[in-house]
Amino acid sequence: MATAQVARDIITLKGSADIVTEFFCYAVNSIIYQRGLYPEEQFGRVKKYGLTLLVAQDESVKKFITGVTAQLAAWLQNGQLQRVVLVILDQRTLEPLERWNFLIETDQEVIQKGISKRKSDADIMKEIQAIMRQITSCVTFLPCLNSTCIFDVLAYTDKDAAVPMTWTDSDAKIIENSQVVKLRSFDTKVHKIDASVAFKMDSDA
Amino acid sequence: MATPCRSPSLRKALLERPSPDVASRKSQQLGCRFIANRTSMDFDIANYMLAKENLDHEQPVLNEEYRKQLAGNLLKDSNLMHKNSRILAFKSKPPPPPEGFERNAKLLYSENVHGGAAKRSKIYRHIPQSAERTLDAPDLLDDYYLNLLDWSSRNVVAVALGNTVYLWHATSGSIEELMQVSEDDGPVTSVSWGPDGKHIAVGLDNGEIQLWESTALTKMRTLKGHTARVGSLAWNGGPILSSGSRDNAIFNHDVRIRDHLTTKMNAHEQEVCGLKWSLSGQQLASGGNDNLLHIWDASMMASGAPSSYLHRFDEHQAAVKALAWCPFQSNLLASGGGTADRCIKFWNTQTGACLNSVDTNSQVCALQWSRHEKELLSSHGFSQNQLCLWRYPSMVKMAELRGHTSRVLHLAQSPDGYTVASAAGDETLRFWQVFGTPDNNKQQLLRTRSVESTTGINNVSCANIR
Repeated sequence: MATAQVARDIITLKGSADIVTEFFCYAVNSIIYQRGLYPEEQFGRVKKYGLTLLVAQDESVKKFITGVTAQLAAWLQNGQLQRVVLVILDQRTLEPLERWNFLIETDQEVIQKGISKRKSDADIMKEIQAIMRQITSCVTFLPCLNSTCIFDVLAYTDKDAAVPMTWTDSDAKIIENSQVVKLRSFDTKVHKIDASVAFKMDSDA
Repeated sequence: MATPCRSPSLRKALLERPSPDVASRKSQQLGCRFIANRTSMDFDIANYMLAKENLDHEQPVLNEEYRKQLAGNLLKDSNLMHKNSRILAFKSKPPPPPEGFERNAKLLYSENVHGGAAKRSKIYRHIPQSAERTLDAPDLLDDYYLNLLDWSSRNVVAVALGNTVYLWHATSGSIEELMQVSEDDGPVTSVSWGPDGKHIAVGLDNGEIQLWESTALTKMRTLKGHTARVGSLAWNGGPILSSGSRDNAIFNHDVRIRDHLTTKMNAHEQEVCGLKWSLSGQQLASGGNDNLLHIWDASMMASGAPSSYLHRFDEHQAAVKALAWCPFQSNLLASGGGTADRCIKFWNTQTGACLNSVDTNSQVCALQWSRHEKELLSSHGFSQNQLCLWRYPSMVKMAELRGHTSRVLHLAQSPDGYTVASAAGDETLRFWQVFGTPDNNKQQLLRTRSVESTTGINNVSCANIR
């Protein structure tokens, strides 16, 4: 019994990458729902992290998210992913309006020596839950998106990371005159994710 | 988070950097008494060499550490960070939102903002505080129970002054006398334009209703039936004219046929002073001095039974004269009570529910809905004799228009719905540009004005129409 408990709390690199990938999947879904990028009807409710989260049901959106997260998982397992950014752009002008930043710090010891760390699932879930809650509550202070918007996901990787043909280099899509709000972070002991959101400052503020 | 200068490597670098003093102290220990020959030492070079050794090892670590910290903490999006990373994007992009998709959150979180802003701009719409024009109306009866003012769809204002009905042509400003009744038959107790704007019904003190043609100024016919004065008249949008009288009865007249009396409705116990057909012509609202308000359905009223009304509201505490059907919401009726009541009440005439009641602190004499905004204009008596503009449904008071020196008994709306005429016990008619001025209407107004100036009436702010 006790050994089973211990075994479950062990976090390997692969396990951590899975947790982080799953987190990104739900975070992206939550953000595009909360920011109203697609009609509400295109989302379905899912119980996750002890919360009810909304996940895109539209096939092409789903395909995009799974395509992105699959590659993120590969990079995470090699410890080559430095950050993931979800950018919300104005559909017409392509001006970046919001940047959801997820800084990833990978424990180099784990990568090099292949050791595993310990942290209970429940603790990690709690931390992720807090970020998800924050994403939901962000809509209250984020400026309203008045135009039709699209989103994109940027991955910052190490220079030597293997890049498949489906990915291409991109600019950073920095927001001019932005304001940054730091969100919570979570730590699997292997990967530490720092979340923050940058948004265009209100011109009249 | 640790700041760069507190990082271990940096502190180490600072501590372990040997100074020339340390070097000299070391050399002092060689002999019991050693006097350093400083001329043979090049401290600058010694310092440089020592420091250089440190820099070679520490500087790259420090730099990297420092840069990382800085990038992580301060310059989140700076290019420093990008030098050792590659920004990649998935080639296939997520689909754009469907065409014509209105963002829900936008509605959720901005509805108040925009609504508020819109409301504000509307509140700040210029509402002239004074009457645009004032006309003398001598001998206008100061009687709450009569309806002496109406504005036709052909832009002619009819007003009954004593025994005479005058027509004031709003486009030209000219005045003509429609008819005059004898002292025995008069005074005129109500006027109501037919839907065509050509025919006008005139209710008399003797219980007769006369039908006049306004262009030729000829009497078409006389409708008899009431045994007391006819204080209220209403057309159903067609050939049916309803009349409310002091004999407590409401009659429907089909003005086309010889036996014009089609329906008799007896539900009021006192004089009927308010009568209005809904815009659809399906429902008739009647208010009486018995504080009752009845809603009649066109299909039900024919039965003639005393209880053939659809609804009976006894919530008002005083005579119900002011009635107005909402132009933008069917089945919504606004009613105003007299001195003892002072309330404007809103009714759903389908369900019979009282939707709202607002105490105005003054007798409500007349009500007019705006056709362009969700606004309601009410006219009042003692003590301010004012007109109040309300925003519906919030019932926020947008403006109070003062000017009349006695209770404002009657209101009539111009066919374009922007100007309201008011007739008061102070024997004046005032015109208020209270429901705004649209851009497309300005041109027409200008034309109207130029016509007026040629007739010379515009120059006189107070014209006697008698």
